[in-house]
Amino acid sequence: MLKPWLGRAGVLLLPALPTLCALVTTAVLFIAFLLIQGRPAWQAGPLVFEGAFGSLFAWENTLMRAAPLMLTALCVALPARAGLIIIGGEGALVLGGLAAAVTPLWLPALPAWPMLIAMGVASMLAGGLWIGLSGWLRQKRGVNETIGSLLLSYIGLAIFRHLVEGPLRDPNSLNKPSTPPLDSSYQIGVISDSFYVHWGLVAGIVACVLAWVLVRYSVIGFALRVVGGNPRTPRMLGLPVDRLVLLTCVLGGGAAGLAGMFEVSAVQGSANTALISGYGTAGILVAFAARHNPLAIIACAILLGGLEASGGLLQRRLGLPDATTLILQGMLFINLLAWETLTRRTGDWRLWLRGHWIAAPRAGLEEKGETSHG
Amino acid sequence: MRALKLETIGASKTFGTFRALDKVSLTVRAGTVHALLGENGAGKSTLVKGLVGYSPLDEGNILVDDREYAVRLPRDAHGLGIGMVYQHFTVAPGLTVAENLVLARGDLPARIHWKAERERLSAFMDGMPFKLDPDRPVAALAAGEKQKLEILKQLYLDRRLIILDEPTSVLTPQEADEVLGLMRDLAHDGQVSVLMITHKFREVTAFADDVTVLRKGALVGSCKVADTSPEALAEWMMGRSDDRTVAGERPPVDPDRGPALEVAGLEVNNDKGVRAVHGASFVVRPGEILGVAGISGNGQRELTEALLGQRKREAGAVRVHGEPYHASRREMLDRGVHSLPEEPLRNASVASMSVAENLALRSFDQAPIRRQGWRVSRRVIREQARGLIERFQVTPPDPDRPIGTLSGGNVQRAVLARELTEEVRVLIVSNPVFGLDFASVAMIHQRLMDARNRGAAVLLLSEDLDELLELADRILVIHDGELVFEAPAGRADRAELGAHMAGGGERAAS
Repeated sequence: MLKPWLGRAGVLLLPALPTLCALVTTAVLFIAFLLIQGRPAWQAGPLVFEGAFGSLFAWENTLMRAAPLMLTALCVALPARAGLIIIGGEGALVLGGLAAAVTPLWLPALPAWPMLIAMGVASMLAGGLWIGLSGWLRQKRGVNETIGSLLLSYIGLAIFRHLVEGPLRDPNSLNKPSTPPLDSSYQIGVISDSFYVHWGLVAGIVACVLAWVLVRYSVIGFALRVVGGNPRTPRMLGLPVDRLVLLTCVLGGGAAGLAGMFEVSAVQGSANTALISGYGTAGILVAFAARHNPLAIIACAILLGGLEASGGLLQRRLGLPDATTLILQGMLFINLLAWETLTRRTGDWRLWLRGHWIAAPRAGLEEKGETSHG
Repeated sequence: MRALKLETIGASKTFGTFRALDKVSLTVRAGTVHALLGENGAGKSTLVKGLVGYSPLDEGNILVDDREYAVRLPRDAHGLGIGMVYQHFTVAPGLTVAENLVLARGDLPARIHWKAERERLSAFMDGMPFKLDPDRPVAALAAGEKQKLEILKQLYLDRRLIILDEPTSVLTPQEADEVLGLMRDLAHDGQVSVLMITHKFREVTAFADDVTVLRKGALVGSCKVADTSPEALAEWMMGRSDDRTVAGERPPVDPDRGPALEVAGLEVNNDKGVRAVHGASFVVRPGEILGVAGISGNGQRELTEALLGQRKREAGAVRVHGEPYHASRREMLDRGVHSLPEEPLRNASVASMSVAENLALRSFDQAPIRRQGWRVSRRVIREQARGLIERFQVTPPDPDRPIGTLSGGNVQRAVLARELTEEVRVLIVSNPVFGLDFASVAMIHQRLMDARNRGAAVLLLSEDLDELLELADRILVIHDGELVFEAPAGRADRAELGAHMAGGGERAAS
């Protein structure tokens, strides 16, 4: 007899099936890719694991990279709830970072906490404005939000470069144009000396949990599912579609902007072109792997952070060029999209499982209960 | 005689554990029109899909002119001369009539010799009882002409038995009568045999020679039309007599009560930006059903969408209970404006969300579902759903199933359960029973009538004249985006309404 708990676990895990399949096929393809080049492919797996999770240092390295990914993934996942595919997180991140870097210059000297809060708010406003603009263009001007956000991201990067290398440049930054460095009291430190990861990780996890509560339990989250489900029903229900879409864009952009603030105040110390390092783009990958579920984003960001963290080790030990991790990420993305076609099937299987493994035993129990009462 | 005799013996088909068709035997006599009646899900489509090889039968024999053949592929059916006209047009709108006919042939050479083909075509047209100009683009044809083209296409392909799947659902009453009359004449002339799926008794009694009724996949009976009556057929279909009339008293509309819904000078564009509704003005009073009749595509869709808030209004005013109305959620809630749009899965529900969640789409932001000002209570959603599912007989009665996995009738029941609450005061309804079985139709009509009798103002847009004549207090006719005619339902005449629907109002009046 099939066990009901097994069925229930199946129902819970089925949504993860496409992602798990994608991981497996990506691994197979990557091994084939290494074999073609005559590299010792069987060493790659253990190396990735060692570089990502093999030691405390590896964990720190992984989580340090995962933190901004969680926030930039929210920039994709939140608008996705309303049916938008936003891929402009990179622009929101760098503009958020820039806003955070210049806030202390423009405000009077403040104690650390108020200043950090002001920097956070400024970064979220900048990021939220940028992605919100994509949402506004879509709702009011019919501009496709995917293309709109991508182009706006390029514009954002250009504005960032222009300001950092021009008007906002610190004259003392010679070979690496930067904004003036943050006062050390405004820099965000690590969680503890024995766990060398900055507070951005906590911010990322908190943001994901809040986003999860929002989309899963709140009235707004329910309305967002209706808006994302189909374009006509929410209007028939009188839902404020434009406002809801804008809200997800502003919240998502705010998350990406906050990632920029942490990169500036916890890693770089000023806004410079090192901010443009692909976290916004990798966030798209994380959000798709997590199927836009904010809790799953935490896990997927750690996984992808681990892949990036292990890149160095792969390069050194196997003598591979540093583009190899990018190829691995690209393969993962293509595989995720390819396995996405399973989603329709998983819905059917879910129904089947519910019917055969859960409902039936439960109905049996209810019958028993009734006879005992009678 | 060219026409085929077709017989099935013990035709059966199973999908998983569901027996869609159970040992159905029927005979289409050569040179006759045979009607196939049944509710939705009775197995009519399964049977004809098996006959044309689109989805082969699991068991059973197919006999053509008393010889047995296997039909496993559409090609087999073509070879036997069996063809099908589908409910929705399968002609290419960008091509001409001649191109559509020639391209329908599967045996075209790499280079088409148009001169020879045209000669063949005109010889063929000469032998036909009705003609279409071969050079007209299909996009310029009216619905009835497209349906004729579909039939011409079958004849051009030398079909000797033609299956019609609800052929008149897209036609005006006049067009329907003309097309079916032509088919009957062709059949009686010995050119073809016709197997016709329909929902409409009038078409059976007026045009068919024999009729077969299916119910739940099984054969109920088969007889000559002359030997039966609509009442007997309804009983066969339903398993009991159901004359579809709405029960209960029908209190008269109180003319002194102010209008609940007022529309003045409404202008609406279609998707291409072309004006689809011109200066629509009307009022609906509490306790009244105002019917809007019209052939599909004359602006009903745009009008409904503009009233529902799904489409922008270019000009004009809408007032509900005397106040301007902009279809915001607040206004819908405060003034009790609800709706049953057509295609409920697309317009009124979210396929990926569960039945329970779909039943909560009007109430999720109100107490008791809304808790502590921000939270949605799943428990209350499920409890509310259980009650509604039971009262409106939604099957399967599982609140957690995605609504997209339910049949059309059950989606409509679920939407009805949500929209037809006690508080509804204005109801905008569009083709509420399109494609539904009789049990659902009767239930939905009764609920609409109940809402009217409770004092709701109902605007009912429908392409089904019988539905309007049965339910409405007044009937407006929309043609080409304009409201061209109005009549009290009691004095409305089918032929006159039909003439106005077809745009021939002036001719009818003179």
